[in-house]
Amino acid sequence: MAHQSELISEDILAYLKSQEEKSMLRFITCGSVDDGKSTLIGRLLWDSKMVFEDQLAALESDSKRVGTQGEKIDYALLLDGLQAEREQGITIDVAYRFFSTDKRKFIVADTPGHEQYTRNMVTGASTAQVAVILIDARKGILTQTRRHSYLASLVGIRHVVLAINKMDLVDYSQERFDSILKKYQSFAASLGFDDITAIPLSALEGDNIISPSPKTPWHQGPTLMQYLETVQVPDASAGKPFRMRVQWVNRPNLDFRGFCGTIASGQIHPGDEIIVPSSGKKTRVARIVTMDGDLERAVAGQAVTLTLEDEIDISRGDTLATPEDVPHHAARFEAKLVWLHEEALTPGRSYLLKAGSATAPAQVSQIKFKLNVNTLAQEPGETLALNEIGVCSLSLSKPISFDSYRENRGTGCFILIDRLTNATVGAGMIHQPLLQSSGKGWIEADLGPKARAEQKGQSPKVLCIASQDQKHRTEVAELVEKKLHSQGRHSYRLDQQSLSLEPGSKDEQARLLAALGEHFLAAGLILIVSLSDQDPHLSDALMGRLNTESFCQVDLKKDIGTISLSPQQQAEQIVEELF
Amino acid sequence: MSPKMTHLRQLEAESIHIIREVAAEFENPVMLYSVGKDSAVMLHLARKAFYPARPPFPLMHVDTTWKFREMIEFRDKMAHECGFDLLVHVNEEGVRQGIGPFSHGSGIHTDIMKTEGLKQALTKYKFDAAFGGARRDEEKSRAKERIFSFRTEDHRWDPKSQRPELWNVYNAKVHPGESIRAFPISNWTELDVWQYIYLEQIPIVPLYYAAVRPVVERDGMLIMVDDARMEIKPGEKVEYKSVRFRTLGCYPLTGAVESTAATLPEIIQEMLLTRTSERQGRAIDHDSAGSMEKKKQEGYF
Repeated sequence: MAHQSELISEDILAYLKSQEEKSMLRFITCGSVDDGKSTLIGRLLWDSKMVFEDQLAALESDSKRVGTQGEKIDYALLLDGLQAEREQGITIDVAYRFFSTDKRKFIVADTPGHEQYTRNMVTGASTAQVAVILIDARKGILTQTRRHSYLASLVGIRHVVLAINKMDLVDYSQERFDSILKKYQSFAASLGFDDITAIPLSALEGDNIISPSPKTPWHQGPTLMQYLETVQVPDASAGKPFRMRVQWVNRPNLDFRGFCGTIASGQIHPGDEIIVPSSGKKTRVARIVTMDGDLERAVAGQAVTLTLEDEIDISRGDTLATPEDVPHHAARFEAKLVWLHEEALTPGRSYLLKAGSATAPAQVSQIKFKLNVNTLAQEPGETLALNEIGVCSLSLSKPISFDSYRENRGTGCFILIDRLTNATVGAGMIHQPLLQSSGKGWIEADLGPKARAEQKGQSPKVLCIASQDQKHRTEVAELVEKKLHSQGRHSYRLDQQSLSLEPGSKDEQARLLAALGEHFLAAGLILIVSLSDQDPHLSDALMGRLNTESFCQVDLKKDIGTISLSPQQQAEQIVEELF
Repeated sequence: MSPKMTHLRQLEAESIHIIREVAAEFENPVMLYSVGKDSAVMLHLARKAFYPARPPFPLMHVDTTWKFREMIEFRDKMAHECGFDLLVHVNEEGVRQGIGPFSHGSGIHTDIMKTEGLKQALTKYKFDAAFGGARRDEEKSRAKERIFSFRTEDHRWDPKSQRPELWNVYNAKVHPGESIRAFPISNWTELDVWQYIYLEQIPIVPLYYAAVRPVVERDGMLIMVDDARMEIKPGEKVEYKSVRFRTLGCYPLTGAVESTAATLPEIIQEMLLTRTSERQGRAIDHDSAGSMEKKKQEGYF
């Protein structure tokens, strides 16, 4: 391994001591199969000697069997995990690789270059601090280079390595290298990266991976490994305002009440004042409790348990924050949403939003525009299909605490979960709240009957069940409602008797019932009305006011009224035929 | 500027976050305890996550009845000392059929006593989440495994339809009968595990340390004679060698390595200077290419 072998063999204790100070870097590699990405990562593992003899033996035999490098070792085979991919020669998902040197431990998110690209890359990049963007020196900057760069910037990566690969195929030409870099810099200027480091590489030949290549004497910058070992990724979250989402309330006994969570940003000391934005209540931190003893200070990234000076109501999903800089607390916000699922987004439908430990039903109330990942153009759109990105308004059923993603990656991100299939369907990055400090929750301002019906997954209807026999019609109506309820439909039942108006005011009754019907339809609900069939007045009035699609009536005697059918059977028949 | 968290502290915090998230989201979680070093780390992290309370879930060991005796002693001692409820499950049907690694080979033994045993136990106790100590660096097919890895009602893993996993936000939603395997130490490497055990002074089974033990060389592996069930074949002889184990499982399937490393630093030193990966000592992986992926689809951890 690329560790200090001598120190390891001579003084293991000194070596272990030196390893305790090692830092960690997470990065993502972006590029397609053809760019030699897997070969590059295979090289990094290989050259940092993270490949063992038995793996090497397997690699050599695999290289001969399915390799694409002839007699040479195919480093890419170190990576492809799943059998199907190995056979097809493609990687189809995000895979994580690990290697370490004396200075750092590295976690590499390796994502495939073509199919499902956006989904996989956003997933891999969400935890990365650096993006290594591969470019084939022969091809220069392609559409996919722009896409990779844009997606890296979208998820908040600020450090980019432009790995200009296959330099061996362009005779290690400095001119070629410079022209690619220049073009890239002008394109990436708008993406907000803090730095762009270009490195001329040949993953296949090993040029500038670990040590400087004699073939590129003109390259003054670092090798890839030098860069990765030394890039300073200031822990941006440490200098920011204190935030911690409560994951777990720890109550082993009546004397101890601790709030467990991972500090998303900032730092905390015993005695510091904190606020809970959901209630506006303030108190002070009493202790920072860990199994290794109480801490005097805890910083972003640490998983801690805080006890507080006052007993205030705090539960999972609440955020603890510094009162000097309080996060937003709202039920509506604008966010960039990346769609991750084959089934497209349905605006107005209720999804489950999970932001850290906070969960709430949520709907996309509006797609402001879609973003074209290739051209960065804004385009109109009614929905988001798999791998599409849109700027959307979201409405939650209750407010949560958050920051903008730009300000705070940890408290500005969320996922959307399909409530029926439980699939993770969307990933979001919050821009800003839409109605500042709105504590009212679900806002219906821009919702119509269609959105309400879609949210409930049903076509609203007014169903009249008519029979002279009040007991009979009530029984059937009840059974119909139960049946609908068990199918997850949202309904409500009324009997003519319950609209007990003055005797004789038939017109008034009809008018009232029709108005009620209209309200129920607009609310997206199914209204079941049981009526006396001697009263054609009411059903006529309803027929006149409601559209025929959403109104239906059943006469228990005439339509399905064979005496042989039990009320249970009648109800089943009604539900089957009408819904 | 605040002090930077070292890589081990970052890994520790990530694992604690995962463990707490599972405990908070699921009704009935369990921690699968294999008694190995990775389990030892996981158990230690679980204690840290809920200190001063006890972790709010039991430990479960799927015992194939062929584990090293020292593993069983260590298991009972640790569960007792750390205040965990310990569930031990044995596939009694397999026992009745007399399934064992010597008589049936590693494939059938592992399938029935371990994979089936695990499924039985998960079904019996209706666990909706099970912690496992697997790491992504162990084997190629694990590199793509999610931290919250979804399992169908019949405990199968579908590598083609995994849920995307972003940031540290985990989707914990399952339908009744379905479950999640949660891997809190996914991002640790073997070296990280050893360094952490050293740093935190975590107790591990003595079998990891070199000692003189009775071994027989069989199929290129040094197998320890742990009890009388191991028959010595003609031509084999029991030798007393200074050996240790880099990985622990069923004793007939676990190869020892000759070693004199008797302390943690010596073990780490040996590991850093060695040239073979740790899973090599496991008979199960040699069967066929992609064998681990197949086993996982069937429900092996």
